[in-house]
Amino acid sequence: MKILRCPLNGPRNISEFACFGEVVEMPEPAETGDDAWADHVWNDNNTAGVVREWWCHLPSSTWFIAERDTVTDKILRSYPASEVYGERRDFKAGNPST
Amino acid sequence: MAWGLLKYGFSRRYPARRDIPPTPDLKPSYDVVIIGGGGHGLATAYYLARDHGIRRVCVLEKGYLAGGNTARNTAVIRSNYITPESVRFYKESVELYDGLSAELGFNLLYSQRGQLTLAHSDATLRTFRQRAEVGRFCGTRIEMVDRKQIRELVPGLNIDMKRYPILGGLWHPDGGTGRHDAVAWGYAARAAELGVEIHQRTEVIGLSVDNGRVTAVHTDRGMTQGGQVVQAVAGMSSRVAALARIRLPIRSFPLQAMVTQPLKPFLDPLVSSAGLHAYVSQTARGELVIGGGSDPYPLYATRSTLDLKESLIGHTLELFPFLAEVRLLRQWAGITDMTPDYSPILGASPLKNYWLDAGWGTWGFKATPVAGKRLAEAVATGKLPAILEPFRLERFRSFDLVNEMGATAASH
Repeated sequence: MKILRCPLNGPRNISEFACFGEVVEMPEPAETGDDAWADHVWNDNNTAGVVREWWCHLPSSTWFIAERDTVTDKILRSYPASEVYGERRDFKAGNPST
Repeated sequence: MAWGLLKYGFSRRYPARRDIPPTPDLKPSYDVVIIGGGGHGLATAYYLARDHGIRRVCVLEKGYLAGGNTARNTAVIRSNYITPESVRFYKESVELYDGLSAELGFNLLYSQRGQLTLAHSDATLRTFRQRAEVGRFCGTRIEMVDRKQIRELVPGLNIDMKRYPILGGLWHPDGGTGRHDAVAWGYAARAAELGVEIHQRTEVIGLSVDNGRVTAVHTDRGMTQGGQVVQAVAGMSSRVAALARIRLPIRSFPLQAMVTQPLKPFLDPLVSSAGLHAYVSQTARGELVIGGGSDPYPLYATRSTLDLKESLIGHTLELFPFLAEVRLLRQWAGITDMTPDYSPILGASPLKNYWLDAGWGTWGFKATPVAGKRLAEAVATGKLPAILEPFRLERFRSFDLVNEMGATAASH
């Protein structure tokens, strides 16, 4: 049984979590061409090695970031997203309030 | 008798037959270099040589022949998909399998005994109805069956299971199995006879790209050049494509499967359940092949986990409770290159002379003959055959996907 440490709930069975892919910067939609946007939507680094990913602890809906090795299946670190994203980021287009 | 056999064995009149010649030295250039010595790569080499007269072909394999996902799949062959594009494609593959043993002179143990997929919900019945109609329209043998017919097809099935009531099924007489290793060996032996060079234990470590073309293929046994270069490396697609600086819409997950000890024959068709995430077939040796659970997160490790074994076994026992005392013989995992629409990526790449045979997820083995044949056609003529058109990489730029998520029973 693999154990992943949730920043809020502590160590839990990995079956309680879902992986949401590598942490990547979303390009600014207003300034991104079709090719670059399709690349962002579909393509994946699919890294063999250490990756930094979004994970969610499903029962508590806690989103956080974890680092693990996709070759050795070792989890290296997990921490709150605030460690990477300190402040809110707004986009010029695609924002319903504008 | 024993003496006669020994005499026969040492007789010069009956020399030992070697199907696959020893690995030769790498030549400085070839017309076509194929990266990956699995079923797909070898089939492509065979059809290039047989149909298009292109015999200066080399196949580069980092391990031993067909030791990757060709050896790790569960040998299912079927064409009961949901989009007409896929049904046409996989139907051609099933038809090619039909005559392949005779054509290759190699017994592939091809056994067309039909596949039964079970529905446990009304929603699944609706998609079955669609799959049956699409399949019939495209000329495959497929029909909806009710509980009575299911009981006749698979007498041992626990049809009255309480937790997941069986409402109906999709019966696909064209479904079957083949011996996966033999498919690759057969293609390799015949390709080698036609002049194709097979380089085992030759790992591609780099690709030189200049002016939109692959100009050199670097291996751990030296450098070579190919007029055309094909990658057919299931489980490594993203990593090899990255050598050519190509990004693919692929995430790689392990798929785990297992085999039980041999039992008396009791199960003729292949049985799979969309809702239970499990499928079962009995081999000619009597072993039960149980597949296939995908790991819940991307990984390149082919380790097995107890979690997936438990869920696969639990669901299999819902279907056949009397198997509870049966022992497992072996278990394994293979790395599946999953695409967002559960369809392969076949055909041209952003580079002029580089071809992709990738994104085969959990559905690659059944497509071995058609992928090889049609990709060889594309490489030889420079024109993509119409049957491959839907699976081109550009579909992700034009948002023109071929969604087969619902018809890929292995991991949904």
